[in-house]
Amino acid sequence: MSMVLRAENLSKQYFRKTGQANCFYAVKDASLALNSGEVTVLMGRSGSGKTTLLHMLSGLLTPTEGKVWLGETDVYGLNDKALSRLRNGKLGVIPQGRSAIDTLTALENILLPAQLAGKGGDIEAAKRWMAALGIEHLSDAMPAELSGGELRRMAIARALAQAPEVILADEPTGDLDDENTERVLTVLRDTAKSDGRAVLIVSHDSEAARYADHVYRMDGGELSPARTTGMN
Amino acid sequence: MGTGKLPIKNLLRKPGRTCALVLLTAFLALAVFGGSVVVRSLRGGLNSLEARLGADIIVVPGEMASKVDLKELFLQGTVGEYYMKASALDKVREVEGVEIAAPQTYLTSLKADCCAVKVQIIGIDPGVDFTVKPWIDRSLSRDLGDMELAVGCKVSTGVGENLRIYDRSCRVVAKLAETGTGFDTAVYCNMDTMKTLLAAAEEKGIVHRLTSDNGDRISAIYVKVAPGYDVSDIEVRLAAHVRKTKTVRTRTMITDVSESLAGIARTVSLLAVAVWALAFVVLLIAFAMMIAERRREFAVLRLLGTSRGGLTGLILTETALCSLAGGLLGVGVASLAVFPFTTLIESRLGLPYLTPSTGTVLALAGTTLLVTLLVGAIASAFAAWRLSRVDPGTTLREGA
Ligand SMILES: Nc1ncnc2c1ncn2[C@@H]1O[C@H](COP(=O)(O)OP(=O)(O)OP(=O)(O)O)[C@@H](O)[C@H]1O
Ligand SMILES: [Mg+2]
Repeated sequence: MSMVLRAENLSKQYFRKTGQANCFYAVKDASLALNSGEVTVLMGRSGSGKTTLLHMLSGLLTPTEGKVWLGETDVYGLNDKALSRLRNGKLGVIPQGRSAIDTLTALENILLPAQLAGKGGDIEAAKRWMAALGIEHLSDAMPAELSGGELRRMAIARALAQAPEVILADEPTGDLDDENTERVLTVLRDTAKSDGRAVLIVSHDSEAARYADHVYRMDGGELSPARTTGMN
Repeated sequence: MGTGKLPIKNLLRKPGRTCALVLLTAFLALAVFGGSVVVRSLRGGLNSLEARLGADIIVVPGEMASKVDLKELFLQGTVGEYYMKASALDKVREVEGVEIAAPQTYLTSLKADCCAVKVQIIGIDPGVDFTVKPWIDRSLSRDLGDMELAVGCKVSTGVGENLRIYDRSCRVVAKLAETGTGFDTAVYCNMDTMKTLLAAAEEKGIVHRLTSDNGDRISAIYVKVAPGYDVSDIEVRLAAHVRKTKTVRTRTMITDVSESLAGIARTVSLLAVAVWALAFVVLLIAFAMMIAERRREFAVLRLLGTSRGGLTGLILTETALCSLAGGLLGVGVASLAVFPFTTLIESRLGLPYLTPSTGTVLALAGTTLLVTLLVGAIASAFAAWRLSRVDPGTTLREGA
């Protein structure tokens, strides 16, 4: 399995009054590699720096120190245009919280990345992902009409429809019931295994660890490997 | 990365937000365009009146009403029936410094088949006239012949048709450009025609025969002062030399109005500037608020691969469409409010009012649209720039 995304001594420093210090590290000296065909799960308490790390890996947040490599490309060495093209074509990001474009239907939202790239978008593939996630009947619904869990799954379908090399999911099962949690984790695992994607899942849920090839823990900005064996 | 139809969808599927921005720009465009057209019209009216009156001093019979009335009379382009002996003209010409003295004779006809309002008949001497003649020359290459008329633009009788005045038939040979004053309902003829018409009016008992003169009578003498002479000096000399007359300084008359008009124009311009300044700030706040409200949406677009430039393009496109719609709406509503009511505005203001040419109106409308677009563009470019200074990751974390 080849290494796709690699983080090298990533740190993010924020300025905020905490005790005596004026600034603190949300993420400190984190190194991590995501391989194609593998699922990596990142666990940790609220406020431990998981989202900060995921954003840095997604090319959305400039690190204070360290580098992110996508294959041979230094992600933060790119100009904005090239970085945007890379996010559009190679990274499928499922952010924490709401991420729907309110003026587009669910299906239009899922096709949006392709349209931003100037392509028509594969409607059949989009509908297949919606079916796999149990939201195929919501194609024409507007985001305002959807539940939190349905929006979550729409965001997941959107990332999957991009057919990216790397999928970065921030608490993809946050709003979901047990049945849908299992469905989402299965879909993410299957796409890693059969399509050779490198998948990172951030989760509080110990259930997610059962689907992982690698598990990392985040604790006060410090990243450490927890286990390297998956359920298979 | 192109955003395709996204701007249109964003506008159409958030009608409330779109309407608010469109109405805001429409209001601004309305104020600016409407204001400019009214000011332009007033200026245009005054300029054309100045050109039409064209004289430094007008000499009128001494029994004429007070000068205040006279001013109003000439400003609005309505003349009355008052006469002096033709010998006054020679007297005026004797005064040193008078370059040209051109007589005019006035008569009004209550009934004429051309118009609903009364028609002013103005007799001129084509040989010396320098006030109306240049206007007539634009459409007639020769002097006015006997029983021929040049008519104001609001007289409905066309060139080549006949017009009956006091049972005498006259032929219309020229039509004059608009002045925005009562002169637009005047008809002009030469002095011989005037004599005939006066005689006809006397027969009907409408005008009383002048006892001492043999029918040569004039109502006003338009005086052009020779270069190098002071107009007020000449005015004093005229008053001393030509008895039983009064003089009107047309320049001061027009200058007075020009000054008050400049005052109005300044007020209107100031208001327009204030409206624009206010508009700019309001638009800036409106767009800033709109963009702040949509920060997360824009961050998601960045996350999905929209570049900074692409996002700025999206915001500018949406704003431009709003401004354009608002600008067109504002200009349209202003046009509906200003152009159909020209006569009303004219009578309310009591000033000459001449709507600018279609070209000028279009240029004003174009400028208004351009400025509207520019304000929208600056406001949204500024907001887009502020947005682009923050990593999308930071925005996405906020209130997630
Ligand atoms: N822009 C910022 N300015 C200051 N502090 C920040 C900023 N962004 C994040 N932090 C802090 O950094 C720490 C890590 O935040 P982060 O969002 O990565 O946590 P998390 O592990 O994702 O938490 P959760 O599980 O609740 O989503 C938190 O203490 C947070 O308050
Ligand atoms: Mg988080």
